[in-house]
Amino acid sequence: MHVLYLIFIDPFVQMGTAPDLLVQTLWEGLVGGMLYALIALGFVLIFKASGVFNFAQGIMVVFSALTLVGLYAHGVPAFLALALTVAVMYLLAFTVERVVLRPLVNQPDIILFMATFGITYFLIGFGEFVFGGDPKVMITDDLYLPKGSITYKAFGGIVSLQRLDIVAVVVASIMVAGLGVFFSKTRIGRALRAVADSHSAALSVGISLEQIWVIVWFAAGLVALVTGIFWGARSDVSFALEVIALKALPVLILGGFTSIPGAIVGGLIIGIGEKLGEFYWGPLVGGGTDAWFAYVIALVFLLFRPQGLFGEQIIERV
Amino acid sequence: MRAPSGPDVSFGDVLLSVENVSLSFGGVNAVSDVSFDIRKGEIRAIIGPNGAGKTSMLNIINGFYQPQQGRITFKGETRSKMRPHDAAHGGIARTFQNVALFRGMTALDNIMAGRTLKMHRSFFWQLLRYGPAMTEEVEHRHRVEEIIDFLKIQEIRRTPVGRLPYGLQKRVELGRALAMEPDLLLLDEPMAGMNIEEKEDMSRFVLDVNDHFGTTIALIEHDMGVVMDLSDRVVVLDHGIKIADGTPDEVKINQVVIDAYLGVAY
Repeated sequence: MHVLYLIFIDPFVQMGTAPDLLVQTLWEGLVGGMLYALIALGFVLIFKASGVFNFAQGIMVVFSALTLVGLYAHGVPAFLALALTVAVMYLLAFTVERVVLRPLVNQPDIILFMATFGITYFLIGFGEFVFGGDPKVMITDDLYLPKGSITYKAFGGIVSLQRLDIVAVVVASIMVAGLGVFFSKTRIGRALRAVADSHSAALSVGISLEQIWVIVWFAAGLVALVTGIFWGARSDVSFALEVIALKALPVLILGGFTSIPGAIVGGLIIGIGEKLGEFYWGPLVGGGTDAWFAYVIALVFLLFRPQGLFGEQIIERV
Repeated sequence: MRAPSGPDVSFGDVLLSVENVSLSFGGVNAVSDVSFDIRKGEIRAIIGPNGAGKTSMLNIINGFYQPQQGRITFKGETRSKMRPHDAAHGGIARTFQNVALFRGMTALDNIMAGRTLKMHRSFFWQLLRYGPAMTEEVEHRHRVEEIIDFLKIQEIRRTPVGRLPYGLQKRVELGRALAMEPDLLLLDEPMAGMNIEEKEDMSRFVLDVNDHFGTTIALIEHDMGVVMDLSDRVVVLDHGIKIADGTPDEVKINQVVIDAYLGVAY
């Protein structure tokens, strides 16, 4: 009985008696969730346009952040380095299309999936070769990212918000909204959805697959760069960051692989769920829940909605 | 829509000519040494038994396949290698034997997608949905509504096409091709799998497209009755070889064609 009380009653009692801690936990979950959403968005963009799960998205986050920090370390001014990094991400998108996607056009999806493993290992090796393998510090000051925190007296206690986190949430929201409008309202967005549905039909109305692929890989690269900057600022810039890509998997399972709103809502659910789980239920199992709790949340959702929260309903005429 | 004739090719002139085109897949000759032409404003049928190379021929014209030999001249321009989106730029639209629509998108969005090449405002303006881009979107939407009216699919314009019955899907696909305002419209078995009423509807649309917009049409069809009624001239393929070319009446009484369809007793 005591165990049941600890699992089902006690955490909620704690939430009720210390609302300031609850708000603090929710906020941290929101920040983490926005960043998960950004990573998931990178996956969704490429999956929508080419039906390929891009395993390299995680390393693209690391690679873009490394490029930014590496250029700065070589004496390039911060904002010029940022512009150059954007250019590098474009070059990467262009190269991937030319060297990897174009020769493999019309191959089964699993072949393209394996090719993204290749891209991953190439970027790891290339990144280490050029910038070295040691962890680096994100150049937050030079990019005018704020430091420190704002503290409120509220909810019968103290809630403190990191300034960096506030900026991260704002930037991520703008980015997500911008991409959402871009892909639902513009000609290129319509072309992108067309390519996602049928390659041959898209070709027949004059959509260039090559151009669309470069655009989505570039967009995914930009998303990776923003994720890399903020995630790098929270910890440091190292190849260990790559594993956050795996955290995007439960987000994608929740949100559906093809939905931009799904990536956002999925990211928030996972981010907030993870923090709540860690803070309120974690002590019961001795902590360390952040490694697996996200997957449990995803599993539970899968039981009820196999296509994800926002995934396109599978329509099949038989 | 557009004026019946472009500046370079006038009514009745050769719009597209296929000369000595061959294509094989491994050891299979899909198309061998085929020549024919399509004149501005006509409805040209390509017929033949199963496996005759009709769809391969269409895919070559459209740039999906590259012929290994021979030349194709479209609007006076001979090309050696062309990709599908170049064909679309040049004014060739098509439909597919097995409907190829953007299934998750509505009928309206599918047809709007056909106007991709006609929209030119930079995506920055489109993103803001402001100024010239908005005017452009409205103008294209107007054209698309004309097509929707023409094809009598007003009530399904907001339905995701994956949910529509087959006959309507075919009609939406025709609408998407029309939205491109093509000089040459390729229809790959537009009536396959339809019942008699749907076939009659579709035949009427094909004739209307040809009449009202002066669009040149090349179509593949199995139903002989339909082909004889619709087309001005017929080219007959069998095992990748052209065995006849002429008016429907000429082709109908051609002994080689009859043999190809019915088989020959030895």
